[in-house]
Amino acid sequence: MTLKQKRIFLDKIFSYFCRITTYASILILFLLLFHIVKAGASWLDWQLITSFPSRHASKAGIKSGLFGSLYLVAVTIIFSVPIGIGTAIYLQEYAKKNKITQLIKLNISNLAGMPSIIYGLIGLAIFVRFLGFDRSLLAGGLTLALLILPVIIIASQEALAAVPRSLRDAAYALGARQWQVVIFQVLPAALPGIMTGIILAVSRSIGETAPLIIIGALSYAAFIPNGVMDSFTALPIQIYNWASRPQQEFQELAAGGILVLLILLFVLNGIAVFIRQRYQRFS
Amino acid sequence: MAVTLLTTVTVIAMLAKESFVFFSEVSIVDFLMGTEWHPLLVPQSFGVLPLVFGTMTIVIGSVLIALPCGLMVAVYLSEYTSAKGRKFLKPSLEILAGIPTIVYGYFALTFITPIIKSIYPDAEVFNGLSGSIVVAVMILPMISSLCDDAFRSVPSHLKQGAFAVGANTFEVVSQILIPASKTRIGAAVILAVSRAIGETMAVTLAAGATPKMGLQFLESIQTMTAYIVQVSLGDTPQGGIEYQSSFAVGALLFLMTLVMNLIGHQLVFKKGKYDS
Amino acid sequence: MFIEIKNLDIFYGQKKAVKNINLKVKKGLVTAMIGPSGCGKSTLLRSLNRMNDFIPGARVEGEVNFLGKNIYGKNIDPVELRSKIGMVFQKPNPFPKSIYNNIIWGPKINGYEGDFDELVEEALKGAALWDEVKDRLHESAFALSGGQQQRLCIARAVAMKPEVILMDEPCSALDPKSTLRVEKLINDLKGKFSVIIVTHNMQQAARVSDETCFMYEGELIEHDKTETIFTKPAHKKTEDYITGRFG
Repeated sequence: MTLKQKRIFLDKIFSYFCRITTYASILILFLLLFHIVKAGASWLDWQLITSFPSRHASKAGIKSGLFGSLYLVAVTIIFSVPIGIGTAIYLQEYAKKNKITQLIKLNISNLAGMPSIIYGLIGLAIFVRFLGFDRSLLAGGLTLALLILPVIIIASQEALAAVPRSLRDAAYALGARQWQVVIFQVLPAALPGIMTGIILAVSRSIGETAPLIIIGALSYAAFIPNGVMDSFTALPIQIYNWASRPQQEFQELAAGGILVLLILLFVLNGIAVFIRQRYQRFS
Repeated sequence: MAVTLLTTVTVIAMLAKESFVFFSEVSIVDFLMGTEWHPLLVPQSFGVLPLVFGTMTIVIGSVLIALPCGLMVAVYLSEYTSAKGRKFLKPSLEILAGIPTIVYGYFALTFITPIIKSIYPDAEVFNGLSGSIVVAVMILPMISSLCDDAFRSVPSHLKQGAFAVGANTFEVVSQILIPASKTRIGAAVILAVSRAIGETMAVTLAAGATPKMGLQFLESIQTMTAYIVQVSLGDTPQGGIEYQSSFAVGALLFLMTLVMNLIGHQLVFKKGKYDS
Repeated sequence: MFIEIKNLDIFYGQKKAVKNINLKVKKGLVTAMIGPSGCGKSTLLRSLNRMNDFIPGARVEGEVNFLGKNIYGKNIDPVELRSKIGMVFQKPNPFPKSIYNNIIWGPKINGYEGDFDELVEEALKGAALWDEVKDRLHESAFALSGGQQQRLCIARAVAMKPEVILMDEPCSALDPKSTLRVEKLINDLKGKFSVIIVTHNMQQAARVSDETCFMYEGELIEHDKTETIFTKPAHKKTEDYITGRFG
């Protein structure tokens, strides 16, 4: 081979490799979905959703897990969203750009990278034991709220930072005070971005399993929690429980549960994408 | 804002406190240097190295797979595909990144493991390879997205300069693009490693619960995270030594990821020599 | 005196962007500021309603007296100042709201108690935009063309009934036809408001202004009647600039 041929050959091979790898990783996504649908589709029916878990796979369902997860999301949102947006507004609009602000931002990005299992340990030590919330919905929700707080703060900050300078200038030039500019102009303009961030963070919390196991969510519960101090189970825990059993039926049941979980996540992500496209005004 | 600072302070204080109780019974040297981990058997032994090796098996295995693949995906995204292709590929990779880890665990156990067993009949049901592969799939979107960002931030005049002297895409990528973004590629690897260290459910389901020294890909192993889950699922008494040991392992895990994240973020924001 | 600037220096960090300006601006006139890019004219303009407070590292020394009071003195509320000295920016920057709500936003937050419909009509007529938009007041301001958006921004400033309207190269993002309409509008505003306009376009300054300031490298070189500046400037630099020898 001449040098020229060799160069052309390498270039070609390389481009094929890149293409194949990329499509292979997308293929894995479809393979994963296909595999789960194949195993779980026949279990995905009304009975799965309306029944409590059972020792008999044919009678088992995810009712307690599904309700547990939905209640958890509510508790998580109540605690994380106001604090998250508030912190982002403070950091982006009010805080002076000094060393301390820098440190806080670094701290937040580190918290965002902290493994979720560590949040479980904090939840266990602080909410479950120190504050005496026991293994309740409240303890679970607070733990997940801590977990997604940094994600919400970072997303909200980015959304606020993306609001153009000119909008603030326009408002200030009309004699607006800073809180008026922030509340009436900047926040509404940033809201689509903030909402997208919140939805993505919440959908992350729905799939979280490890922290809930650590704080001691029940792996078997045949009831729906009555209040925030009640004990609970959650959808991913139910899935884990079934997936770790050796019997074929329970494995398939786990796939059915995963399907419900994935449908929930796809709906949430669909909403996020819709908001992003519908309200993308500054780009 | 105060909450975030408080969180960090609490994490450190709480991990320190519980670990302190633990280290009053088990010497820190025995913990860090010990090669036997069987906390649930008498006599108990708390040498964390087997768990660290378990975690390292997953980290090394997954990064070995995900780094070259992630780089090639990033090259394809930034250099080869059209704007239209990007529009399809980027969200698909994001979906891959957004799938809960428990789902990956299930996938590993019921899909990847049988394939491995058909190739290596001696492999155990729970094995390090299956865990590594599935963690590789999980961290690949992160590596490719960070590297794609890095490639796209290389000034176009650099690339055009090379194309103008007759270089082809492979030469531009390997000799201009990758060297120019090596800091940020490094950052991507470090952040991915940190993610792999902290990964829990997939490895708990797929890799097993048998602490072992050395890097074992075809046998059951146990990672640090999987141990913490095991303790939580068992009926270990609160305040017992097993309970405290999970905090000690958690503290080690926290320190490892903290250092990785700090370095990673430093590198991401560090100005490369081509930045203006 | 209406606006009187005394020994004004403006710094960006260590860099002195505006050097020792002394200038008196008369009420009811259109005053133009010209000069090559980077000469400090926009910086000077932004200092007149303290919009430069938002630029990190910007620092002001000296006095800007507005109606006899130093706006950099103690007990001055920059927010209240800005409700009296409005501003129009280089690029049209309407709020992501309807045309109607764009106009009333400023008066509303400042506690205006009159009739909003009347205010909107008056402001839009004042900005020569009423006839074009009167049937779609509740449509998004982003549906307007660039030139219309800029006139909406002027209407928005007019609705506050300010003493002064500052304009920072208001036509730089517009096509020639829209530019002409805005220039005509500036002529209409004369007498009702005082206008200070920064422009890089000398012909524009000649067309719209009563008085012109020529700035060069942060210094005010010359300030006179526009006619005088363009026919017999006192300084060699001014002459060189307006005859196109540099800039």
